[in-house]
Amino acid sequence: METKNIMIVGVGGQGTLLASKLLGQLLSTKGYDVKVSEVHGMSQRGGNVVTYVRYGDHVYSPIIDKGEADLIISFELLEAARWTQYLKKGGRIVTNSQQVNPMPVITGAKEYPADLEKKMKDKGINIDAFDALALAEEAGSSKAVNMVLMGKVSNYFDFSEETWLEAIEHSVKEKFIDMNKKAFHLGRNA
Amino acid sequence: MKKLLLGNEAVARGLYEAGCSFVSSYPGTPSTEITEAAAKYDEIYAEWAPNEKVAMEAAFGASFAGKRSFCGMKHVGLNVAADPLFTISYTGVNGGMIIGVADDPGMHSSQNEQDSRHHAIAAKVPMLEPSDSEEALEFTKLAYELSEKYDTPVIMKMCTRVSHSQSLVETGGRVEPEQKPYVKNIQKYVMMPGMAIKRHPVVEQRTLDLIQYAETTPINRIEEGSDKSVGIITSSTSYQYVKEVLGDKHPVLKLGMVNPLPVEKIKKFAESVGELIVVEELDPIIENHCKTLGLKVKGKELFGLLGEFSQNLVAEKLGEPVPEGYTLEDEIPVRPPVMCAGCPHRGLFYTLKKNNVTVLGDIGCYTLGAAAPLGAMEYTICMGASVSGIHGFNKANGGKSDGKTVAVIGDSTFMHSGVTGLINIAYNESNSTVIILDNSITGMTGHQENPTTGRNLKGDPCTKIDLETLCRSVGIKRVRVVDPYNLKECDDVLKEELGVDEPSVIIARRPCALLKYVKHPGPISCDSTKCVGCRSCMNIGCPAISIVDKKAVIDNTLCTGCGVCEQLCKFGALGAKKEA
Repeated sequence: METKNIMIVGVGGQGTLLASKLLGQLLSTKGYDVKVSEVHGMSQRGGNVVTYVRYGDHVYSPIIDKGEADLIISFELLEAARWTQYLKKGGRIVTNSQQVNPMPVITGAKEYPADLEKKMKDKGINIDAFDALALAEEAGSSKAVNMVLMGKVSNYFDFSEETWLEAIEHSVKEKFIDMNKKAFHLGRNA
Repeated sequence: MKKLLLGNEAVARGLYEAGCSFVSSYPGTPSTEITEAAAKYDEIYAEWAPNEKVAMEAAFGASFAGKRSFCGMKHVGLNVAADPLFTISYTGVNGGMIIGVADDPGMHSSQNEQDSRHHAIAAKVPMLEPSDSEEALEFTKLAYELSEKYDTPVIMKMCTRVSHSQSLVETGGRVEPEQKPYVKNIQKYVMMPGMAIKRHPVVEQRTLDLIQYAETTPINRIEEGSDKSVGIITSSTSYQYVKEVLGDKHPVLKLGMVNPLPVEKIKKFAESVGELIVVEELDPIIENHCKTLGLKVKGKELFGLLGEFSQNLVAEKLGEPVPEGYTLEDEIPVRPPVMCAGCPHRGLFYTLKKNNVTVLGDIGCYTLGAAAPLGAMEYTICMGASVSGIHGFNKANGGKSDGKTVAVIGDSTFMHSGVTGLINIAYNESNSTVIILDNSITGMTGHQENPTTGRNLKGDPCTKIDLETLCRSVGIKRVRVVDPYNLKECDDVLKEELGVDEPSVIIARRPCALLKYVKHPGPISCDSTKCVGCRSCMNIGCPAISIVDKKAVIDNTLCTGCGVCEQLCKFGALGAKKEA
């Protein structure tokens, strides 16, 4: 099969690495060749972060380039907009509708662009924007935004729900499994 | 079953499988996880050294004793360790020795994008360069064989995209090589002129032998292609981009060993193809090698010297189709990294800005003090350069900058190479003020222990170097400790220490806000009836505070309740949440 490309984008500290860990875990148990590329270090300090997940019969490049992403999973609305150039024609964005102001907006040097969801829709982009933070808090922790988003995107894969839940069990600490599963279900049904 | 491992974890797995028993490193993105992962194997002794030079010398000591050893560092760390590297090249090894170095093209988390291959060439040691995790594991095992067979340290060169990409790896069991006997050999290991003169020709012969190896080793392999009008020579992550774009279209010479480079293999490959193109990030090392062989080759004229490559760049330069995404008309504001909410550095940098002092900075999270709105840093060069540099700056100014200039350096960076600069300040008597930002951890690289934290790499309690005692013992009489959350205390002590006519050290001490053991009071709130929208609280650049409809608003998911902003509010609007 042709290599599939998933980008996970957000703000450093939002938990994007756990989402990529979960996807990598799940895809490798399904027998695909998988590459997951992360960025550690300075950009984790509140900067924009991106993780690339690629899978298929044989994956060469560890990164995803402009116009290649089948799916962009975004933890923050501005970050979804930042990476639209990377979306393949006909690809899909699943994004948390939460807005986190970057420093130039906080200091008043720049404005947070208005109506981003509508503007992306107007470009013909398939976009699911929803309040993943509220659902994460409902599940028990604002940190569970990653599992809410995973729940939502799970609808676009052919894997069974059990497969996803197993992958969650392998990816999070035991005491957080139930909360993460709850967050996953809330996202899957959102 | 195959496992998904980071390139760095795969190197660590290779160390384990090859029977490595000693690891000493200094953390540095993107190399850090090699050592963290190695420390998880009980069979491997692993430690954080104070700096890369110490790490390499410690690893050499273990090799000298007959064990397989490893030291890891980032590209700029290899500069620090260059001194032992160039001479260990002459002595060779006893037990196999690997030096792991990770470059950072694109400077995701670095102050320059130097190409470490120059070090391998200059020090005349072999360098292997894996292109994914599978190769990272295999090459690590091979590196020990080469090290012992050719009597040389071997450099494993990683880069951000190999270090920090996970790919599938087949793991195996550990071999436990017997410790090689230590035999006294002054001619080989005492590098004074009389002996070193005799070792240099050994090094040159070794390079010739290694070139022969490079001609035949399967890690320098030719992959056939249907269209021989073009042939590509490449290595590392560039190989992956080339294959992504071309598949099996053109023949590819994939180099796993990048120093020394083969001669006949390259010539033969060049003869078999039409146009020869080299795809390599950063400097034209393979390309220039081809040119010295008299080959006509294209490389940097297509790809340039800067930054990281990608599949689209390779496609564009090789005339292949490039996909397009969507473009929005809006300008998307940049999202630079910032000091975290609750970061103890913030209060100190606010104080420095307020006092309008010149700040000579260093390497760590606190380098973010240079960014708006704090903007309180005027140079950052390398580990330790703040402390060494302020001495020169003050001496050169003949006293004009005394009392108006400070050096700031973190606890780990101070232990790395700040202390030697402080000794110079004491010894050569400049009136310099050094601020040690002691957040009780190595922060930027992701929380590594260091000699001032009282814990070692394995997390066990150990000797804690006391910064106050250390500074006093090198001759600094004035050593003050402040809480960076307390703005008045910071301001008072800064003014006092800048005012005195002798060197001084201020230790701003509070643990990193992200450390798990640090308990926070919890988010504060803004009383909108008191807030007048004066924006005083915005001067500290806290990501948890924004202004909405001319009133300060606190982000509950970020605010830790550190209280720094409260001290700036003249109207008492900011404070602990009232119980409902």
